[in-house]
Amino acid sequence: MKKFSNIYIFSFASIMVIVVAAVLSVAALILQPLQERNVAIEKMRNILSSIQVQSTAADAQEKYNQYIVETFVINSEGEKIEGFDAFTIDMRAEMRKPLEERHLPVFVGMKNDGRKIIVPLHGKGLWGPIYGYLALEEDMKTIYGVNFGHDKETPGLGAEISESWFQEPFAGKSIFDESGRFTSIEVERGGAEPGDPHAVDAISGGTITSKGLESMLYDCLLSYESYFKKEGI
Amino acid sequence: MKSDRESLFSARNMKLLTNPLNDENPITVQVLGICSALAITVKLEPSIVMAISVIAVLSIANVIISLLRKMIPPRIRIIVQLVVIASLVILVDQILKAFAYEVSKQLSVFVGLIITNCIIMGRLEAFAMGNRPWPAFLDGVGNAAGYGLILVIVGFFRELLGSGEVFGYPVLEKIGLYRIGYEDNGLMILPPMALIIVGIIIWVQRAKNTKLIEEN
Repeated sequence: MKKFSNIYIFSFASIMVIVVAAVLSVAALILQPLQERNVAIEKMRNILSSIQVQSTAADAQEKYNQYIVETFVINSEGEKIEGFDAFTIDMRAEMRKPLEERHLPVFVGMKNDGRKIIVPLHGKGLWGPIYGYLALEEDMKTIYGVNFGHDKETPGLGAEISESWFQEPFAGKSIFDESGRFTSIEVERGGAEPGDPHAVDAISGGTITSKGLESMLYDCLLSYESYFKKEGI
Repeated sequence: MKSDRESLFSARNMKLLTNPLNDENPITVQVLGICSALAITVKLEPSIVMAISVIAVLSIANVIISLLRKMIPPRIRIIVQLVVIASLVILVDQILKAFAYEVSKQLSVFVGLIITNCIIMGRLEAFAMGNRPWPAFLDGVGNAAGYGLILVIVGFFRELLGSGEVFGYPVLEKIGLYRIGYEDNGLMILPPMALIIVGIIIWVQRAKNTKLIEEN
């Protein structure tokens, strides 16, 4: 076998690292705009899905422009703050801040039967983050629709939160009780009482994801409580 | 062309391509790469994308290592192999994120884990380090296809029996099985069932291919 000197080994390793770094950087630079576009399109599709507008990757942008009529950012007091783009705010980072410092995005959708107020959600499931959007009717109490997603919940169990059978029962539920107290929505193990306006069924075998989703709803909606109370009818 | 060169598709070269599909299948005979085979075969589509990704990574890595084989210092050859594999996997991951976003979300971390797939380093070390680029390419395609073949078979059965679908199309619902009381098997979508299906494939393969049965 050929003998290799230490200098050769070091030079070989250095050149290899430089070549590889160059190739990967170029690839990352070229592909980045496409990847960011995919992420943005998925976000639009999720927002649209919460107001029951189905879209594909091809028409998401067009439908988003058509249905989402207004976006703004508020603080936990429910006051609008200027200078932020609601679409690019990362809810995950916001939820880590203390309540008073959060920048909370609000999207306003327009459907035939009125304005829908859409707020983003972010929380923890069993294996990783869960997230979604929740659309309220103009009264800011009644849920119009929801959309949940997850990164790595168990298929068939926790992952069912992104299925329509789980999401549909949220529509028509109320996040405030009759006296105006914030109740959020309970995700009830063993099934919600029929007709309970503040609870939905949990997923059998997906208890931790269901509980995570319940705390996600509570925590995120609580940040918007003042806004809902102020603007609600 | 020199006379001692064999043709590109000689019998010996074709064997490199076809052997790993059956007699030397990486999953069912060598029992390598099981981890990813369990994780991503819940549905057919990710199985196929995973198979294609591994074919791309393994064949290109084999060619690169084979081209460099006389320049690579033996003392750092494993590091060089890993760097080549890791860079290719990152490229595949980036390309999937740019052009097949939905599938890349389903495969999530498992694209990255192609790096640790023992089939790939095994072929680089055992074959590409000592062979010319063309046979190394065939060997790479063959072994990755042998891996992919098992993935697709497992993915097909797990999707059909676990979710009642093929490629997301509800086959069992369309032929009306649910109306006569059939129910999807929830165990099929959990990883242990992939192991059992791989076991059944190994059993069937050995029953057909008696060469593979070890003598005690």
